[in-house]
Amino acid sequence: MNTIERALPAAEQAAEVAGIDPVISVRGLLKRYGEFSAVAGIDLEVNRGEIFAFLGPNGAGKTTTVEILEGFRQRSEGEVSVLGVDPSDADGTWRNRVGAVLQESQPEPGLTVRESLDLYAGYYSSPRDVAETIALVGLEEKADTSGELLSGGQRRRLDVALALIGDPELIFLDEPTTGFDPSARHTAWDVIDGLRRLGKTVFLTTHYMDEAEHLADRIAIIADGVIVASGTPQTLGGRDRLDTTITFTLPDGVALSALPAQLQVIAEPSSDTTLVLRSHTPLVHVHDLSTWAITAGFDLPDLEVRRPTLEDVYLSLTDHGKDNTR
Amino acid sequence: MILLIRWFIRHHRSRNTSSEKVRGARTSHNGVLSLVLHQARYDLLGFLRNKQARFFTLLLPVAFLVILVGLFGNHIVGSEHVKASTYYVPGLSAMAVIAASFVNLVISITTQRESGVLKRRRATPVPAWVLIAGRALTAMAVSLATMSVVMVIGRFAYGADLPVRTIPAVALTAIVGSIAFCVLGYALSSLIGSADAAQPIVQATMLPLYFISGVFVPDVSLPSWLQHIAEFFPVEHLAGGLHHAYDPAVRGIGIAWSDLGVLALWIVAGLVIALRRFRWTPAAAAA
Repeated sequence: MNTIERALPAAEQAAEVAGIDPVISVRGLLKRYGEFSAVAGIDLEVNRGEIFAFLGPNGAGKTTTVEILEGFRQRSEGEVSVLGVDPSDADGTWRNRVGAVLQESQPEPGLTVRESLDLYAGYYSSPRDVAETIALVGLEEKADTSGELLSGGQRRRLDVALALIGDPELIFLDEPTTGFDPSARHTAWDVIDGLRRLGKTVFLTTHYMDEAEHLADRIAIIADGVIVASGTPQTLGGRDRLDTTITFTLPDGVALSALPAQLQVIAEPSSDTTLVLRSHTPLVHVHDLSTWAITAGFDLPDLEVRRPTLEDVYLSLTDHGKDNTR
Repeated sequence: MILLIRWFIRHHRSRNTSSEKVRGARTSHNGVLSLVLHQARYDLLGFLRNKQARFFTLLLPVAFLVILVGLFGNHIVGSEHVKASTYYVPGLSAMAVIAASFVNLVISITTQRESGVLKRRRATPVPAWVLIAGRALTAMAVSLATMSVVMVIGRFAYGADLPVRTIPAVALTAIVGSIAFCVLGYALSSLIGSADAAQPIVQATMLPLYFISGVFVPDVSLPSWLQHIAEFFPVEHLAGGLHHAYDPAVRGIGIAWSDLGVLALWIVAGLVIALRRFRWTPAAAAA
């Protein structure tokens, strides 16, 4: 199942080449507030059936962008097409095809989960089944509980259910797991994964790397209103070409100079006995290291070989990168 | 009335457990009128489940009737020899209309706007005017229900005259008043920046007006400058219109056209502000 799902983006790319319109297409989008450009000219393309993650630190322009795509804000410049329509003059027919989980929204006052969904089902021309939608977000046990009595994670799942009840083709999720505990986040991820199986296109904003890595087919990173990187979770920001780090602690009384010469070269300067090697050929270097240690007769119990995480890439592209250039 | 609320909520629940009925309701939403009724039904349910709203909107006008009669007695007054409660009932009917159409509406829509509920509804295909009409219909239904309870208690507990001849005038005045205060409620909510501020602002607006507009005590006892101030505001004209319809000395159908005219002017003024200023999105997030 998983491999089939992972293979989907390639199929989508092929479909795009074949001339199928993207669900979201943005060219040179700009949003100014006075002198300040919250979004400073971005291009985006989201294809049918993919989960697209829009990543960035707080205040980078994520919510401004998503609200322009949802038709809640007017852009200053650029071309925007969502489901073939300019969202700034979107009508009910367009909204019938789009679902939105907003960043901040409280439950419908006084209504239970089921009643809230009944209310929203009435807004759409061909809504999904209410009970089935409740089951999809795992709120069966809470169906007759007032929305206001739900926990933060359950409220968010109710929000997802409300966005799904109209059976939309495209769903916007604006920071769906902010403030969640780890188990609530994983439950929410399962729900979003379920949207993929329904064939929905998902536009997800988040500032969590692991969330984007877990869910997204493609990622774009925005910082200070411009897109600084885009790609798949595996290749984003040249991640596939970055060095692997090999970390270990030298045994007592063993100096750096005792290491084989080819490892000394790639070692980062260090004041204590914990060494970090940056390797482009990790297999060869780990082999050299283990051969050396076994020959010398000691173990390296804290040995760790780590690929660069998406977080490393992200930090180097956003805040961290900014600090370095200052 | 409490039994009535219980019945409504229970009836609602039983509707929902039958999925067939819900299906039927949904397919009939092709008509915009039934969509307005759909919205009003859930707005009403949300209202009835809110303890604070129930107290201030449903209970307070009735409580004031009991208090006023207790405080000032229920003597036979005036040339027509009617009981004092015949004066209190129309005044408190005006209060019932204002409590539901203005006070409760301002608080609930400001809160719903600031908590993102209105914005989320606007992300769906439902037309804006359906949301507004549905909410206003709820306010009107609650207004008329509370007013009826005040009238019935006034009649049977305190012997207040029930003006059978002028019932159409009472109903018309209450409906025009309800529309005026709903429009003004939408206008005022557009000027309030936070949910916390809504309750104190509406209460501070209405309490003095109740006192100077003859809602609790006859305004003839007020100094003339205060009466002139009261005449500017709509509370005076809703209460005045209802008093007129209740007045046993009045002949004919009992419609106070001049009061309705002033209320109509307030509707126009409210519409101008509401159409220009009303927002569906939280004020705090409007960067």
